[in-house]
Amino acid sequence: MISLNWVKDYIDIESENLKELAVKITKAGINVEKVITNHIDNLVIGEVLECVEHPDSDHLHVCKVNVGNETIQIVCGASNVRAGLKVIVALPGAILPGDFEIKKGKIRGVESNGMICALFELGLEEKTEENYNKGITELNSDAIPGEDPMKYLGLDDTVYELDVHKHRNNDCYYHIGFAYEIAAVLNKKVTLPESATNPISDDVNNYFNLKVETPKCPYYLAKMVRDVRIGESPEFIKKRLLAAGMRPINNVVDISNYVMLEYGQPLHFFDKDKLGNNVLVRDAYEGEQITTLDGKERTLKSSDIVITDGEKPVCVAGVMGGLNTDVDGNTKDILIESAIFEATSIRYTAEHLNLKSEASIRYGKGLNYEYTLSAIERACHLLEKYAGAKVLTGIVKHDTLEKNEKKVTFNPNDINKMLGINISEDDMKVELNRLDFPFELENGLFTVTIPNRRLDIESNVNDIAEEIGRLYGYHNLVSTLPSGEIRRGQYVGDVKYRKLISKRLRSLGLNESKTYTLVSSEMAKMFKYDNAINIDLPNYMSVDKAVVRTSLIPSLLKIYEYNKARKVNDILLYEISKVYDKDYNEDTKVSILMKGSYLTNNWQNNNTKVDFYLVKGIVENLLDYLGLKNRYTFEKDLINDLHPGICAKIMIDRQPAGIIGRVHPNVHKDEIYVVELSMKSLMKNIKPIKFKEASKYPTVTKDMAFIINKKVPSSDILEVIKRVGSRLLTDIDVFDVYVGENVGSDEKSIAYTLTFADPTRTLSDDEVNELFKRIISEVEIKTGARLRDK
Amino acid sequence: MIEKLEQLCELVLHEVDEAQDLKTVNDLRVTYLGKKSPIQELSQEMRNLSIEEKKVFGKTLNEVTTKLNNAIEEKRSVLEAIELNNKLESESIDISLPATKVNLGTPNILERIIEEIEELLISMGYDVVDGPEIEEDRFNFELLNIPKGHPARDAQDTFYLEDEKILLRSQTSPVQARVMLENKGQKPIRMICPGKTYRRDNDDATHSHQFMQIEGLLVDKNVSLSDLKGTIDVIVKKLFGETIETRFRPSYYQFTEPSVEVDISCFNCHGDGCNICKSSGWITVAGAGIVHPNVLRNCGYNPEEWTGFAFGFGAERLAMLKYGINDIRVFYSTDLRELKTFDRKDND
Repeated sequence: MISLNWVKDYIDIESENLKELAVKITKAGINVEKVITNHIDNLVIGEVLECVEHPDSDHLHVCKVNVGNETIQIVCGASNVRAGLKVIVALPGAILPGDFEIKKGKIRGVESNGMICALFELGLEEKTEENYNKGITELNSDAIPGEDPMKYLGLDDTVYELDVHKHRNNDCYYHIGFAYEIAAVLNKKVTLPESATNPISDDVNNYFNLKVETPKCPYYLAKMVRDVRIGESPEFIKKRLLAAGMRPINNVVDISNYVMLEYGQPLHFFDKDKLGNNVLVRDAYEGEQITTLDGKERTLKSSDIVITDGEKPVCVAGVMGGLNTDVDGNTKDILIESAIFEATSIRYTAEHLNLKSEASIRYGKGLNYEYTLSAIERACHLLEKYAGAKVLTGIVKHDTLEKNEKKVTFNPNDINKMLGINISEDDMKVELNRLDFPFELENGLFTVTIPNRRLDIESNVNDIAEEIGRLYGYHNLVSTLPSGEIRRGQYVGDVKYRKLISKRLRSLGLNESKTYTLVSSEMAKMFKYDNAINIDLPNYMSVDKAVVRTSLIPSLLKIYEYNKARKVNDILLYEISKVYDKDYNEDTKVSILMKGSYLTNNWQNNNTKVDFYLVKGIVENLLDYLGLKNRYTFEKDLINDLHPGICAKIMIDRQPAGIIGRVHPNVHKDEIYVVELSMKSLMKNIKPIKFKEASKYPTVTKDMAFIINKKVPSSDILEVIKRVGSRLLTDIDVFDVYVGENVGSDEKSIAYTLTFADPTRTLSDDEVNELFKRIISEVEIKTGARLRDK
Repeated sequence: MIEKLEQLCELVLHEVDEAQDLKTVNDLRVTYLGKKSPIQELSQEMRNLSIEEKKVFGKTLNEVTTKLNNAIEEKRSVLEAIELNNKLESESIDISLPATKVNLGTPNILERIIEEIEELLISMGYDVVDGPEIEEDRFNFELLNIPKGHPARDAQDTFYLEDEKILLRSQTSPVQARVMLENKGQKPIRMICPGKTYRRDNDDATHSHQFMQIEGLLVDKNVSLSDLKGTIDVIVKKLFGETIETRFRPSYYQFTEPSVEVDISCFNCHGDGCNICKSSGWITVAGAGIVHPNVLRNCGYNPEEWTGFAFGFGAERLAMLKYGINDIRVFYSTDLRELKTFDRKDND
């Protein structure tokens, strides 16, 4: 929260429209999220010239009120309204809190052209019975009719609520830092506040002995004041603290907060008499205890930093002071601490103590060491001025801080090239001056020294480009396209296959699913067909996302359930996703789930139901598409969570490539078919496509049927037919499979249509018959099948 | 005889005329023109006639035969046409009955958005690259200018598998680091790497522990922020229409500098004010910037020589905006009833 009245101390923005200024600042990169203002249109100071009783009421008054340029009649119900009073008047058109618009009207038949207000009606005081009974707000007699009462009351502040990106959330959250940002936006100069004092001739070093034993406190300053008078803060300090979101307490505490909100440097005030003469900064002892200002006992860790009086801790450094040395109503002499502690250490301490104080937040973000001294001097100045303090000379100091100056050397052209703009050397000077970044210019090269308040800026040209760019205005950039050499873009590696497979499966009517990589341990245990061991997530968030999956099928089953519950009957799904095992081996799984009808026409009673052979057809279609025809086989196998009689391993080049089958009834009673392929096994070198002319010569077809034991897979017969038929056999089709009384109870009959052709000539009958006979005898010998008589 | 012939002719013509079906017509032909037909009989009798009479009778016989043949043929073709018509009529179907459903598979909605961007950027010379989802800390953070101890790598947000070593990637940027290292600081790069990312968020309507980023990287000599703006311009126009404008606002990311946030003009209200743009007329769709010199250096590119830009869209956010989806969980629930809307091409 930034009070603009406060900022006005450091930069001239009197003539600015503060809403427009907020937009400018936002455009330059500091997001002003909200502009909060007490200003109400048509609110003026009025003077009650005449006040008579309402003719038709026992408590209303009819007033004539001078509102500057005219005198108007207002009916007012407050008991304290009287002639001669200076009041706040809401004229017609004024909108009071709660969207209450003031309009001209009649109250019990008497014309009323406005409303005389109390502060609570303007949202400036609480709506208590006490405030209500006070009646309308009485202004002092020096108030001038027609002027803005908010301004008169000093309540005309505008407050910016900021939402700033991490890198700027230190310097933009104190008023001087923010003034520099406004200065850059408006091209104005910042004036730092007064900090001179009239010290008494006594040195703080006569009283204090400082020792710093921890490297986490590289910079520690302390000054002393005497004879403070604790009391109320002046109005402007109270109002500003309130505007910035802090509660005023007393002049001394308020000054400490006030300076922190000016310079961003947290200060700590010790009661000198309670503290004694030693200040020792050291790492806390593990388990050491301290009661902090909020009255709570805190147990410290050895990673914390403490300020001690030489023995016992008196302050959790950078987080909160101890109750044992606090400033109270009787405090006379104060030791003021202004120091730098290691940011990560303070963050950690605040976190483990669960104590996010104004100080710890600021320390956690990092501080500008240049303001460590400025802040302590400013605090002395304010204590002298508003708490009657006597400032001692000298300063207690520990300083092992590395004060590296950050410098960047660049050619303005570097900036222009990076942003795609064209600003001259002279413009560059202007921009750097706006930022208040000191620079030297030599042979066209700028060397810029980055001010310490800008902790976010590193020593590279990009940083400067960013500063120049945001002030130049990114909205002013033109759109161009990169001019470099252009190559052919493409899907690379795995992505290419993912896309190919995905598009093919979609064209086969399957819908793409996307599910979570993290699953429950129950899901992870299912469909473990390849012995992959899962990764259990350490510190998982919930049990349903505790394991990195190795199979997608359990997730697809969940999608199945989801759709089934929504009365979807035909569920055709696929997903392609990465999986990982315990050793972080990566594979991409192509998984399919199918259930219901593939083609549907109910009124013709003509539905193609999903069964094993349909799913097998989908798989073959995909594998053929990937150029793997004749390189794959389906081998019957027992596979976890699949129906023992309806499942197979899919082999490609004789290596396991995946599984296919019906989900085991124990897993799901519905007739669901699933496939899972390892994408790695699908990514094979294949031959380029070559045109093959269709045969001009007639084909010969012949049928044959074999009877064979039920358990023998038909592929055994097929293999022999193919081998013997060789080049002349162009097609084989199974046209009938029979089980029943015409064959033995453990037998089945399979009938084939064979097609023969030669692309170069007409086959002779003898030739075909001879080959046909050879196939039959070979099948009988090799498979134990016998030819079935017609 | 001629008289007889003519009488017969009249009779047959009448019967042909009366015939109602093809069979009757065929029977008539057999009866009156066939081997044992009265006409044949009459022609047999011709030999008893004189030469003169033969001439006259023969002529008449020919005329009558031709006449009858023609009449029968004519009738036959009429009846055939009627028969065909009847047959076709009987085969007529109710074409308004429902079709056999041929299913067209649909892409996941996120993939649809991603493919749209991929196709565009491939045509602009970008490669589409993939990377591991289980990533080393080095690629996910360190090389990207987020050293250990940096507040941006809060363990609260990241799924670590091994402390400060192995994690589920929290962004797709590590793929960029990998590609830069592969190219060893020698070649210009144009790439996008759409993919899954993971953060420790509780799932609700606007948060998802798993989500998809579409990040792009271009490294070359003389690359500017204006080039980035032009590139993003092309992408958002493709997604949301030719009239869409792009606006950059200053922002902050660890791996880019300068960094910008990308707003597009509201495609819904065009600035008139609506819920989608919260009446601002602008919608934030991406983060982007000039690649931080530390990142270039970490990944083997000399920042004195090379510059680059990077941009990142959230696939979920784009899809939610483009299709008017209010709940991020829609993308991960695969409700086939909802997906059905997406089995067609979009309005160009």
